[in-house]
Amino acid sequence: MNKLFQSLLLGLLMFSLRAAWAEEPPPTTPSAAQASAPAGSESAAPTATDASAPAAPTAPTLISTDKINSGDTAWMLTSTALVLMMTVPGLALFYGGMVRKKNVLATLMQSFAITCVVTILWWLIGYSWAFTPGSAYLGGATRALFNGMTMMKDANKLTVSHLALTIPETVYAMFQLTFAIITPALIAGAFADRMKFSAMLVFMSAWSLLVYCPIAHWVWEPSGWLAVKGVLDYAGGTVVHINAGIAGLASCLVLGKRVGYGKEAMPPHNLSLTLIGASLLWVGWFGFNAGSAGAADGRAGMAMVATQIATAMAALSWMFAEWITKGKPSVLGIASGAVAGLVAITPASGFVGPTPSVIIGLAAGVVCFFAATSLKRALGYDDSLDAFGVHCVGGIIGALLTGAFASKEISGADGSVITQLWGVGTTLIYGFVMSFIILKIIDMTMGLRVTEEQEREGLDISLHGESVE
Amino acid sequence: MKLISAIIKPFKLDDVRKAVSDVGVEGVTVTEVRGFGRQRGHTEIYRGAEYVVEFVPKTKIEIAVEDSLAEQVIEAIINSAKTGKVGDGKIFVCDLTQVVRIRTGERDSSAI
Repeated sequence: MNKLFQSLLLGLLMFSLRAAWAEEPPPTTPSAAQASAPAGSESAAPTATDASAPAAPTAPTLISTDKINSGDTAWMLTSTALVLMMTVPGLALFYGGMVRKKNVLATLMQSFAITCVVTILWWLIGYSWAFTPGSAYLGGATRALFNGMTMMKDANKLTVSHLALTIPETVYAMFQLTFAIITPALIAGAFADRMKFSAMLVFMSAWSLLVYCPIAHWVWEPSGWLAVKGVLDYAGGTVVHINAGIAGLASCLVLGKRVGYGKEAMPPHNLSLTLIGASLLWVGWFGFNAGSAGAADGRAGMAMVATQIATAMAALSWMFAEWITKGKPSVLGIASGAVAGLVAITPASGFVGPTPSVIIGLAAGVVCFFAATSLKRALGYDDSLDAFGVHCVGGIIGALLTGAFASKEISGADGSVITQLWGVGTTLIYGFVMSFIILKIIDMTMGLRVTEEQEREGLDISLHGESVE
Repeated sequence: MKLISAIIKPFKLDDVRKAVSDVGVEGVTVTEVRGFGRQRGHTEIYRGAEYVVEFVPKTKIEIAVEDSLAEQVIEAIINSAKTGKVGDGKIFVCDLTQVVRIRTGERDSSAI
């Protein structure tokens, strides 16, 4: 561990401790730009007042346990587990099978380690920055160290998030954590086989706090500026996929191509792992999309329908596109198509019905197929596992089609492609620029990339001293 | 003594093993190898990236025999390993200067 890493960590710790232990005045009232919350509603400092006033809360608040819905809570507990499974081992295996054997452990390790690091950061300050009102650009520090998030057995009270009033805040925070975990883990697909583990940890920590949390806040916190504009993103097409995908593009541009790329063969070493991973992603995604209903209700059911249909359609359309253009349908192709469909339906899942889902799936499968094959070859960047081609491109398709197909009947919301462009454009620009800056800083201080010898020998041995041979 | 190395198609291993046992061979060593001769490899495609795989999986079977048995073994291998299609393989015959049975220390003819 070098000095920079230590000072960053120490600085972060000190900041959050100070924030948590300072006597916080009640959180600032939501910004004037915010249109949805009723004026003058309790801004709900986490104090022991029963916020059962008729106006909806705009911040996490303490309520009576009787208001909790056990069906919703059971489903959200399950969804949380499902989405965690999407990263470990879903994404880990999906990526692990696609790299060369000498890098498989390092690839699995990335997903696993990110899960651990992001968990701690989320507790420290991430959740507070993302999901408490503060400004339109970032949440406050009221929930740093989960301060104030509580359940009291004898007093029969617990806190809930203003975003999910019928489930405990603990469950909501954990559910959202699993999203915060998978997003950086997705980026790893772009720089597979060549990033230092230490640099990756620093990058993911900084990225998760400086990119993920703000964007999540802008889109999902009702007072966030993109939410106020009307950007629709049910389960994270923009916040998770476009975000991770564009960071992936920044990564592969800053890191450069793998040694031997274009000349040496680097086929996937075990597509069995990849298919198992893709399957776990598919199953887990029900938690991702249907769980974003925050409740065990009709909207969750419709999201499940949308998810399943779009995914199946995308898998088939990628498979057929490949069959027609290359001559054989491949396992990697159908798995990739499924993932592309899952990505594209993510923002739309709570807003569309079955028929638009078919269209979204079809579009995602075909367009992402070309993005991950022809486009990548034409532009020459080495996005090893297609984080950009599948997640960014798929996310953009999903975000725009959400605007086109959003059903007021299902969701109560109006969609607009123009509005969606705000979300897409903002994320692309902010995400790319911030990722680029963070990467460059890390590169100039501790170095991002392994040496050529390490890359040749393989990351498993070079970075972790282990192998599966 | 001779060391006969035969590179054959993997699925022919059982046939060859039976055929050489029938002419009196009592021990063989088998290795999995890759190679190419006139048989071309194949192309694999992963997300649009084409990889030409030149090497074809084969099986190598090595047999140590007395000079007198060598020709029969070669014939047996040819007849059992042949399919008539490109890629059937090759047989290499080398002179063997010494053979030792580790358990007993026997040498040469008593060791084969």
